[in-house]
Amino acid sequence: MTALIFFILILASCLSAPLYANWAGVNPFTSTLDATIMLDGKQTAVMEQSTEGLGLGYNPIGPTWQLGNYFLGADNQGRDVMARLLYGGWTSIIIASGATILTLLFATVLGLTAGFFGGVTDMILSRILDILWAFPVYLLAISLSIVMIAHGIDIGPFTIESGSLWLPVFIIGVIYIPYVARPIRGQVLSLRESEFVLAAISLGVPSHRILFRDILPNVTTTLIVFVPLMMALNMLTESALSFLSIGVQPPDASWGTIIQDGQGLLYSRPWVALAPGIAIVITVLALNVLGDGLRDALDPRSKVKLGRG
Amino acid sequence: MKKLLLAGAALAAFAFSSAAPASAEYMKEHRGGTMRILAHAAAGTVDPHINYTLQYWQIYQSLYDGLIAFQKAGGPEGFTKVPDIAEEFPKPTNDGKTYVFKIRKGIKFSNGQELGVKDVVASFQRIFKVSSPTAGGFYSVIVGADKCIKDPKTCTLEGGVVGDEAASTVTINLIRPDAEIFDKLALPHAAILPADSPTTDVGSVPLPGTGAYMMSAYDPNKGMTLTRNPNFKVWSEMAQPDGYPDVVQYDFGPTEEAQVTAVQNGEADWMFDEAPADRLAEMGTKNKDQVHVTPLTAWWYLPMNNKLAPFDNIKARQAVNFAIDRKALVNLFGGPVLASPVCQVLPPGFPGHVDYCPYTKDPGAKWSAPDMEKAKKLVEESGTKGQKVTIIVEDKTVAKSIGVYLQSVLNELGYVAELKPISPDIQFTYIQNTKNNVQISVTQWYQDYPAASDFLNILFGSGSYTPGSDSSINISGYTNKELDEKIQKALALGVTDQEAANKIWSEVDKTVTDDSAAAAMFTPKHLDFTSKRLGNFQFNYQFYWMVTQSWVQ
Repeated sequence: MTALIFFILILASCLSAPLYANWAGVNPFTSTLDATIMLDGKQTAVMEQSTEGLGLGYNPIGPTWQLGNYFLGADNQGRDVMARLLYGGWTSIIIASGATILTLLFATVLGLTAGFFGGVTDMILSRILDILWAFPVYLLAISLSIVMIAHGIDIGPFTIESGSLWLPVFIIGVIYIPYVARPIRGQVLSLRESEFVLAAISLGVPSHRILFRDILPNVTTTLIVFVPLMMALNMLTESALSFLSIGVQPPDASWGTIIQDGQGLLYSRPWVALAPGIAIVITVLALNVLGDGLRDALDPRSKVKLGRG
Repeated sequence: MKKLLLAGAALAAFAFSSAAPASAEYMKEHRGGTMRILAHAAAGTVDPHINYTLQYWQIYQSLYDGLIAFQKAGGPEGFTKVPDIAEEFPKPTNDGKTYVFKIRKGIKFSNGQELGVKDVVASFQRIFKVSSPTAGGFYSVIVGADKCIKDPKTCTLEGGVVGDEAASTVTINLIRPDAEIFDKLALPHAAILPADSPTTDVGSVPLPGTGAYMMSAYDPNKGMTLTRNPNFKVWSEMAQPDGYPDVVQYDFGPTEEAQVTAVQNGEADWMFDEAPADRLAEMGTKNKDQVHVTPLTAWWYLPMNNKLAPFDNIKARQAVNFAIDRKALVNLFGGPVLASPVCQVLPPGFPGHVDYCPYTKDPGAKWSAPDMEKAKKLVEESGTKGQKVTIIVEDKTVAKSIGVYLQSVLNELGYVAELKPISPDIQFTYIQNTKNNVQISVTQWYQDYPAASDFLNILFGSGSYTPGSDSSINISGYTNKELDEKIQKALALGVTDQEAANKIWSEVDKTVTDDSAAAAMFTPKHLDFTSKRLGNFQFNYQFYWMVTQSWVQ
């Protein structure tokens, strides 16, 4: 319950990003290198040119710890880190949610089909999933991103532009399909041999009716347990891709891109990278604890084994 | 010597009094020791005829010699050419198309072989046999080069480079006079190597040279070791002086952050890579005596594709030029100490440079402030408002932050700008290839040698525009027949009257600037960070810090 409250709080904070930016009077997506703020009654530049020593360096202002007034300081474009953090969180959650829906949707269809029909169908689908899962997940994600980031996706009517947020949603959603589809298939294989399914088959109930009426409701619990866990996993993958410049594209922000922005300021302005890092840790932790809680609540026998194999 | 040396008085005194680098007095006192220098990574093949990186060209200065050399001196004197393996500068004959070089005797390679005429001839053939990246550009002016470019394996340069063992001379015949031939001969791609050197890229196997040092170990994953060449004897202090340290240990691996810390802690004497932006203020205060800032003849600019919308419209290009805040760009690079805003191609102090800036609030000689109002008006007039523009940048801190800023500016101008950071390994070739339809990019150009043509002809001459090629260095795709004629006129005039040629180069510079072929941003300065123990820091304008001319004891 605590984890759920935490997650809802994070979600609510991120949803409030436009309100925060409006209240603070900042545009988190535009360079504001010449901006100034009032700090302790003084007009202070957001980007400070070093005046000491040889006068080298041009550093953004650090945290002011004043809400609405560059609370976490500025990044190297003079943008309010707090506002970007909230917008970035929203982007990260949207991508993680979108990818989770995509994964679960395809994994359910493939798992049900392979497990229920068995035979050649199962063999073909399982091998495809095996091949996909044989690639290291991050390597596959990086490879797909590098290929698609330049030109987007254009397959017939299905088009995603290169800078679109749907691109990371699609890539992350696809690479984790085997992760969910394989346990679903295993569960369907077991359900396929259960007495109530065998009875339905012997009574001549059509396959689609058995799948949707008898088997799908029995795997729904597993799918629900997967939701927070996949969101956590997808959020980490998105952050990694964005950190490598092959996920969310500038000037859009995600927690991964903000960490990358902060990487060059780690020594003098550590909060630019630390803040999104902490946000990722808290959110992923909350989602994992929530996933565990859901599993305990919905599946006390913990039949679902997560992970490879 | 105009050299901005932001170091302690003692270091400055050494630097400014260093006309004769390895003077006997200093040599006696400071010779010896191991110098430790760092870089994040190796820079590819060690083959001097192939490698085209500043990182190794800097090292090659004490390893290899050419017929001609840039003087091993600090400051702008580093642009001066001196005879090296050639005894003296030959006088051009045959209407400036023939040069007869007398080869010095008694010079030995580090493997003990004596350098002779056959080595010189073979080295010129090897430039083409290994398909040196500048074979077609710099050395295509040699008679027979066209055949060698077509069929490198059988290259003989017949009639182009002719040796005479008895007279100890090498004659170089050109297809046309070339005012920059000595500059080209002084580059590492024209280094003289043993005649029996492999005619393929040697990769990580060092080739013997005639310099004061030799590369005794090289592992691209670990580093390189330079030790004294046992067969070296000074024949020209200006061309190839003796060095101070006995050993130079160049290690690869540490990040830029780690390199700064290592130099601060005295664990390393110098770092090759650019210092991270967030360490600059600290270095400039706590370690100011160890920081050396020097002006460069280089150019950071935004090539705009003159053959692709929206920048096929001159008003759209001029709008970008008016809109960019060059002061902000300078700050993103590290501040005014490390860069100066410019509007034109030729860097300040370069032959042919005359201050000119039409793209500023008050047009004149220098840039003062952006004119966003005028820029927006030009975009309206161009009819390109609302078009999609993609900016291609290197995925490196400074380039990316410039890209993010530019995206902001373009959006403000009314375009729909998108930023694509791509790997630094491929960005430079990617933006050159017209097949990639790059509209605008962020890049930089550092001179190969001090000649206006190295900027204007290379970057904006029609000859440098090769559609569909990764080597189309005229990235803007700017082609102008009249300008090409002027460039050819300046090149020809340079053989006999360099001053008159420089006047033409100034006009060419002005035309390219007026046509907004690209948007100039700033001229960078170079920052070297050295250990406390390192002495006699000298920055050669041509090949940067002279590694072995500094001492560590």
